[in-house]
This record gives sequence, C-alpha cells and structure tokens, in this order.
Amino acid sequence: MSYEIKLDVFEGPLDLLLYLIRKNEIDIYNIPIALITEQYFSYLEMMRSLNLDLAGEYLVLASTLIHIKSKLLLPPAEGEGEEEEGEDPRAELVQQLLEYQAFKEAALRLDDRPLLERDVFKRGAPVEEPTTAEETDDALVEVDVFELVTAFRRIIAGLDLKEDLQIDAEKMSLTDRINEIMERLTEEGQITFADLLGDRTDRRRIIYTFLAILELMKLRMVRAYQSGSFGAIRLFPAVEG
Amino acid sequence: MEEKVAIIEALIFASEAPLTVERVAEILPDTEKKGIVSLLEGLTREYEERGGGICLREVAGGFQFRTRTDLAPWLRKLKAGRPAMLSPAAMETLAMVAYRQPLVKSEIDRIRGVDASGALKGLLEKKLVRIVGRKDVPGKPIIYGTTRKFLEVFNLKDLSELPTLRELRDLQGQQE
Repeated sequence: MSYEIKLDVFEGPLDLLLYLIRKNEIDIYNIPIALITEQYFSYLEMMRSLNLDLAGEYLVLASTLIHIKSKLLLPPAEGEGEEEEGEDPRAELVQQLLEYQAFKEAALRLDDRPLLERDVFKRGAPVEEPTTAEETDDALVEVDVFELVTAFRRIIAGLDLKEDLQIDAEKMSLTDRINEIMERLTEEGQITFADLLGDRTDRRRIIYTFLAILELMKLRMVRAYQSGSFGAIRLFPAVEG
Repeated sequence: MEEKVAIIEALIFASEAPLTVERVAEILPDTEKKGIVSLLEGLTREYEERGGGICLREVAGGFQFRTRTDLAPWLRKLKAGRPAMLSPAAMETLAMVAYRQPLVKSEIDRIRGVDASGALKGLLEKKLVRIVGRKDVPGKPIIYGTTRKFLEVFNLKDLSELPTLRELRDLQGQQE
C-alpha cells in the first residue's frame, strides 16, 4: 500500500499558476508562456517526486499551457478573417486567472469579517433537542441507505406482482417527485416512507419515490430515522428553508 | 427606559435566531414598524454608548446581541475548542456561491479549475449553502445559494452588504 499525501499548498492548478506569476513578477496580461510552462512543469515534477497526489486537473492545465505555447509558435493564419488577427491565444486563460484571482480575494475579504464563533459570539447555543412531535416514539435511530433498501424490498415484496401492462399517461419525473417530497416535508415537518407512497402502489411510483429519497439523502436535504428495527422510517427535512 | 424598549430588548435576548422587525410587529401589534425600527436604533446606540461587552447588531435580516469583537481572545478561552474554520478551498467556493448565486456546480468547477464537490458538501453540511432548485437545462443540475445562517455567521445584514470588489465588478461588466 502506498501512502498518498495531499499537500494543501496550492488550491489547484490555477492557484499554482497565479503563484508562479506573482513569484516572477509577471504582468498577468502578458504572460511569457514558455517561461511559465517550464516552471509549471518543474513544479509538477517536484510534486510527483514527492509522491504527492497529483490531481488530474493539474494535467489539464498543463496541456492547456502546451496548447497555447504551440499556437503562439505558429505563424498567424493567412487570408482567414481579418478580425481574428488580434486574437491572443492566451486571452481565455488570462480571463480565467483574473476571475479566479478575484474570487480568491473575495474569499479573503469574507474571512476578514468578524465571524460568529471566531470573533464574535452570541448567547450560548441551546442543547439541541428533538422536536416534541416524536417524543412518544422510542428513541429514533438514524437509518442509512441499507435500511432504506430493506424497507423498499419489503414494500415491493408486499406488492401484487401481477402487474398490469400500462401506458402511463401520467408522466412522472424524479425532479417532480423530489419537489413533491420536499413540499410535503416543509408542510408536515415529518413524513413516513409509507405515507409518501400512499395507497397507489404501482411499481413506477415506488421506484421514483425511493430514488427521490436516496437523492435527497445524498444531498443531505432530508434525514431518515427509524424507531427500532422494522419500525416506520420517518423523514425529516435536514436543510433550513 | 421606555416600556416598549424593555420589551424589545427582552425579545432579542430570548430569541434564538436574529429577531426581525416583522416578528416584533406581530408581538407588539399597536406599534408601527417605523416606530419599532427607531426603537431598535435607539437601543443599538444605548449599547454602544454603554461601552460594555455586548453590542446589538443587525444580521441576517434581524437583530441579535453579540460580543464585542475585541473581546474574542477571552471568549475563545471560554469556548475551549477551536472554532470550526473553513479551509481556503471552502472559503473560495463559498465566495463564489455568495457573489454569483444562484449558480451551478460546473460554474464553480470552471472558475476554480478544480472539482468543487467536496467543498460544496462541507458547506451544505455546515448549512452555509443550500440547494435553491434545479436549472432547466439538460441534466437538471442543482442550483446553489447561500443560507440565512451564512449571513448570520459572516455578520451581514443581507446579501447587498457583501463587500463590493472592484475586480469582481470589472469581470461582471465584461460578461454583460
């Protein structure tokens, strides 16, 4: 097993490029591509020799640099539209660098603000208590995807397997289902898996519901809890509105 | 002290989230919003003049008592644990969401030149960023925006209070 070390010196290839530009005191609008490409590659080489996790993004920018360099070497195309004459192959990269630099600055400015729980404090946060609605339930256990799959299987198993061949006039999309679930959750605060399915237990609906819940869990928009084994699975909104 | 000011002070003290003028107006129906705003302003000044450890600040669309910034070293001792700081990657991503919202992940990836999934996930978990909806283009990518908690944590009244950045404005101008 090899060890991979991630060094967070550079936040990505653009960050490395900006660093090189600053280090060489280069005008960002007039980057000497040959020099920068050479230095960029020697950095990549160094990172590789240190066995640092060299993300693919670094290689993407490396190829962009080479591409620009080769374009600069080619003589300008003849006869093809005059307006293209002034097009600098570096322009796109410069634009990207400027944009990234602006946001880097924005991030620093945000970080300079008096941050809650770092520079300013509000009254001690209360101990988080579950809402009173489910106090009667046994302790709720957060469920993971596997329990959800089990519940899904149970419902499918309980289905009348004689399925009608149907051409569904009602088109259902995952997005619709997700929105529907989120809407009901915001209205009702909590909802059980069975509630969501209702009594309309066609396979399509069950599958879409299940996929929607998985998606929502993945996005951390809902949390699923179960009261004991085989208890009802309840969903709660996880993200503030 | 006027009774109403005392009530408002108590409400802010007892409120968990920043207390909005609207909420106060619901509780004190016989007072106009304008009146409430000026009472709040007066109360803010009172705390300022007192020069104590607490000040009244307008954040995330409401009012909240906060400790004075320069007292942070002592408060950090009280809180013992290190504050949950954001990594530079998370800060950059958050800045992009804040200034460019609503936006999709691919936009962040493009600007940073790095995949932003990890940073976004962390920000969603910290509830600084939320899912606003889905963009109506192929693949229906998720659209992100900042939360009220973002305003609260970063000490902002609302999004318009974000520091304006000349560099960002220039870029915006070029795009339009």
